[in-house]
Order: sequence, then C-alpha cells, then structure tokens
Amino acid sequence: MRFLFKTDYEDDIRLFPHSGYIVSYGVLLAFLLVAPFVLSSYLVSQLVFVCIYATVGVGLMILTGFTGQASLGHAAFLAIGAYTAGYLQQYNVPFPIYFLAGGLLTAVVGALVGFPALRLQGIYLVIATISFAFIVEEVLARWESVTHGNEGMRVKTLSLFGQAVPQNGPTFYFLCLGVLILVIVGTLNLLRSPTGRAFVAIRDSETAARSMGVNVSLYKVKSFAISAGITGLAGVLFAHKLSFISPEMFTLQLSIEFIIVILIGGTFSLHGAVLGAIFLVMIDPFLTYLKDDLPGIISGLAAMFGADSATAGKVNANVAAIASANGLKGAIYGVIIVLFVLFEPLGLYGRWLKIKLFFQLFPLYKRATFKRQKIYVKSERNR
Amino acid sequence: MLDFVQQLVSGIALGCVYGLIALGFVLVYKATEVVNFAQGDLMMLGGFFAFTFIGMLGLNYWLGFAGAVICMAAFGMLAERVVVRPILGYPQFSIIMATIGLGYFLRSVVGMIWGTDDFKIETPFSDGVLRIGSLVLAYDKLSVIAATVILCALLYLFFNRTTLGTAMRASSENMLAAYYMGIPVKRVVSIVWAISAAVATAAGVLLAPITFIHSNVGLVLGLKAFPAAVLGGFGSIPGAVVGGVLIGVIESMAGFYLPQGWKDIAPYLVLLVVLLLKPEGLFGVHTRKKV
Repeated sequence: MRFLFKTDYEDDIRLFPHSGYIVSYGVLLAFLLVAPFVLSSYLVSQLVFVCIYATVGVGLMILTGFTGQASLGHAAFLAIGAYTAGYLQQYNVPFPIYFLAGGLLTAVVGALVGFPALRLQGIYLVIATISFAFIVEEVLARWESVTHGNEGMRVKTLSLFGQAVPQNGPTFYFLCLGVLILVIVGTLNLLRSPTGRAFVAIRDSETAARSMGVNVSLYKVKSFAISAGITGLAGVLFAHKLSFISPEMFTLQLSIEFIIVILIGGTFSLHGAVLGAIFLVMIDPFLTYLKDDLPGIISGLAAMFGADSATAGKVNANVAAIASANGLKGAIYGVIIVLFVLFEPLGLYGRWLKIKLFFQLFPLYKRATFKRQKIYVKSERNR
Repeated sequence: MLDFVQQLVSGIALGCVYGLIALGFVLVYKATEVVNFAQGDLMMLGGFFAFTFIGMLGLNYWLGFAGAVICMAAFGMLAERVVVRPILGYPQFSIIMATIGLGYFLRSVVGMIWGTDDFKIETPFSDGVLRIGSLVLAYDKLSVIAATVILCALLYLFFNRTTLGTAMRASSENMLAAYYMGIPVKRVVSIVWAISAAVATAAGVLLAPITFIHSNVGLVLGLKAFPAAVLGGFGSIPGAVVGGVLIGVIESMAGFYLPQGWKDIAPYLVLLVVLLLKPEGLFGVHTRKKV
C-alpha cells in the first residue's frame, strides 16, 4: 500500500491522487480504445450502451449521490435530449450544435423542475419527479407536429463533419466513450470546485450547509440543471444508437433502471455510475447465456449426483421452462435490487473499497468499518 | 347535469380504490416512515389470490374474499420480515429502492404463475344497477364506496379505541421511546404491514369488476395512489381517502370534459400545483425543523 501525505488543500482535491491512478486508468483507456477492433460487434454495441447509461448515471449521481435529491424522472430528461436531436436533425442542423442544444434545453427544463423541487423533500420530491416524467411522456405522445406522437420518430444516421457515423461502427463507440470521459472529468472538476463542495454540504445536512452560508436553493437548482443537462447529452446519443424513438421508450421503468445503475454501483462515487452501468447492461446478455446453458449445467450436475438420464432430462426440461418463462428478467431485477439494498448498500464500488481496505489493513481490518448507523427516532418528519 | 352526477359517482368509486391503496401507504408510513412502493403490487397479488379462490377453486365470494385477505395479511408480515425489517432505520432512499425491487419481483412472479391475461372476478353485485329517476348507478361502484366507508370506520375505531391501535400510534410517534415504554415495536410493525396488505387486498378485490386484474394493474394504480396519498399529506389517514377521492373525481372529470390525454396527466398536474402551494399536502402536519 501507499501512504498519501496530504499537506495542503491542493493535495486533497487532486484529480489523480498518485501516479498509480494514471497507470491503471491509462491501461483501462488503452483497452477501451482497442476494444472495437477486438471484440465482437454485439459486445461493442453493448459497450456503447454502457457508455450511455454511465453518462446518465453520472448525471443522476450528481443529483442523487452528491446533492442528496432523489429523482425518478430522469427518463424524461433523456427523452427531451433524444427528441431535441431528432427534431433539429430534420432541419439539417449539424451534430455538434444539436448535441449541445439537446444538453442545454434539457438543462433549462431541469432548472425549471428544480424550482418547484426546492420546497420538497424525500418522498414528496420522488413523487413530484415521477409526476413530471408522466407529464413529459404524455406531452411527447400528444404533440404530434413535433414528436410524431405514438408513431415514434426516425432518427437519421449521425453525420459528423460530413462523414456518416453509423451507430454500429467503431467511430460511434469512440464518440460515446469520448462523451463519457469528458462528462466524468468535468464532473470530477465540478466536485473539486466550490459548487461541488456546496452540493456535498447540502447532501450531508441542509441546515448545516445553510448556516455555513451556502445558498441552498441556488445550488439545488444548479444541481438539477447540471444533472438534467448531462442526461440530455446522453439522450442525444441514445436517440442515435436506437435510430428510432417513441414515447413508450421513456417510461418510469427506464427511470428506475437509472436509479438501479447508481444504486448497484454505489451512490457515493463516480466509479459507481460506471460499474452500475456495466452491470445493468451486461445482465441481459448474461441472462440469455444462462437461458441457453443453465438447463444443461443443472442436468449435468444432477447426473453427477447419480440421477439417471430420464430424471436428468426432466430436470433439464423444467429448468429450461423456468429459464425461458416470461418476465424472469423482472423477477431477477427485483431480487438483485433487494439483495443489494439489504446486503451491499454501498454497491459494487463499496465492495471493491472493502476488499482494498481489507488487504491494506490486513491483520487489523475491522468488520464494522463501513457499517451504517441506524436511526430509529422519527428522523424524516422532524429533520 | 345527469352526466356530471354519473361521472362524479364513478369518479368517487375509482377514487375510493385509490384511497384504499393510499391508505395502505399511509398506514405503513405512519408506523415506520417506510414508503412502500410495492403497495399497488400487494393489491394486485391480493386480487390474484381472490381470483384463485373464487374463480378457479369455485369458493363462495365472501369466503374467497376472506381467504385472500388472510393470505395477504400473512404475506404482508412475511414481506416486512424479509425485506423491510433489516433496513428499518436506514435512509428512506434505500427503503424505497427495496420496495421497488419487491414490486418488480411480485409483478414478474405473478406474470409467470398466472400469465399476463386479464382476469375477472364474478361478484354478487356484478350486474345489478340502481336507478334513481334517470340516473343509473352500477352496484359494483356503489359497493366500492360502501366498503371504503366501512373499512375507514373500522380502522378509525381500531386506532382510537384499542390498545394495539394506541401502541401503533405510539410507535409511529417515536419508535425508540415506544420501545423503551415496553411496546413490542417489531411485532407492531409486522401487524401494520399485515393490515396494510389486507386493506390492499380489499381494494384489489373490489376493483376487479371495474378494471379487471392483470399483473401490471398494481403498478398503474399504485402510481395513481401516490398522488392521492401525497395530496392528502403523507401520514394522514383521512387525508389518504380524501386525496384518493379527489384524484378519482379529477381523473373522471378530465376524461369526460377535457380532450383526450388529459385524463392521465390531470391528477399529476393537480398534484404538482398542490405541492407547490402546500408542500406538506392538504391534511399534512407542518412540523418544525429541529437543528
């Protein structure tokens, strides 16, 4: 392990605390840059989705993880970004302009949502954001002159500087990766700035932040706007990746998936957003893989424990029936969410930190290091 | 005018169902500060239990109703024990997520067991109508309203006249203090979940003749019941029912008098306006902040 001696504030807020970070992230970046030439096109396409989900995850992390404002309406922000792209593209607006316009418009809408949200907390805020998402969904379905209503909207192939960028090619992947990296670096810098410090102060205690002179309302609105803006940028990429958008795609379900991203990754760090996105996107191919192979594996196990071939065949058929049942994915989602909340509230990144700390402190590791304090008195209503 | 009364009654009937689901939210919230996003799904599951007893096993309607309520009360306790108790006392966000996960799970499992078709429960008052002059009121809608009134009265008596009810109010005020005074808080919380699941089941069974039951009905109605609970002020039992009725009436009126599309968003628009003007809801108690 390496001891870091922080002697001043600059040391504390450095982007890369020590050279090890540069090496490991460099290796990761090298892998990601080689990926489209090595991996199958299906996996590259999944990686694009990881980038998009991670971008949304970073946006949501700013709001939920760092400012402490829950939102179940981020699908609406994604939709606004996506529809801005689709609409402006019809008028041959170049990509960089409508990309930024999508982000900007979503940020403005986010700020408008942030104002009413100022007076709301906890569950009220969650319901208000859900309501907002429903209203956006309905507007998208009804405003047919712009959105083509429920028929949906075709999104043309992206063209960048006169070059077509097909959504399955490596260039589009690099574009998404670039956006993700820019957003992450931007967010890291934001978190080092006074604005980011104010966000974290609001999350930890609104009253304390206010008494330290933080303009709570201003920063909450800022947080909403930044978070929505980033989600809008992801929305533009999302529209291009799917090349078709319709209101049914931006439902509460999608908002919940974004929350799952940050919850499973860990709601306190940007690593969490990326890990959660990887987890959420990769669970689909993993389930398909299980569906194909699980019956064989289980009947093989049964045969190993002395079942005759008829029983093994029956087991195989039963497992196959369960594995291909409709809605299995939802059940597994549900179980995963519950298990993470119950047993790993810090998410995947928290698990990694625990493992790292265990080895760093090896003989002296205390099991209760990351344990949260329970509060049994009426906290929310009196806080 | 006739149309108006007709819409009003069906709005109130629908609103009573929302109110009953919202009542479940409020009971659990009051006792434990847990917001149960799976409440609608508990309602859906209750409806399916009742369908199994009445439609598939051919039991008497009332017997099947009672059976479903008892099964769901047990299920509510189980859900509390497995999902909620370990995380009681943690920030609200984790509990919301856990109940969302529970809801996901219930929806998918019900879809896997019973399929994704629409089901209908035959009730004794399915077809009859009450005629007052030229006003036609369906019995199933009236039955929903009557049942809501009876349930609310029972709950009111339970909370204000029985020892257990008093214990529940005590643990909802301050869990730790109630525990120190000798109230078995864990058991009380279990019972609260059982009651809220039972109320949800009643809502599900009453609803079945009006909108049918399928595996997603819980999500749809649960999301309508949220505005109801928030409108009434989360944590107020009369508020939940009044909020539910308001939402039902608004929805029904918007569906009749406003262009298409308004029906689905009118409740949420009203909710946003109310939250803007009165963030603690219509019946909510404004508590002072402790620093």
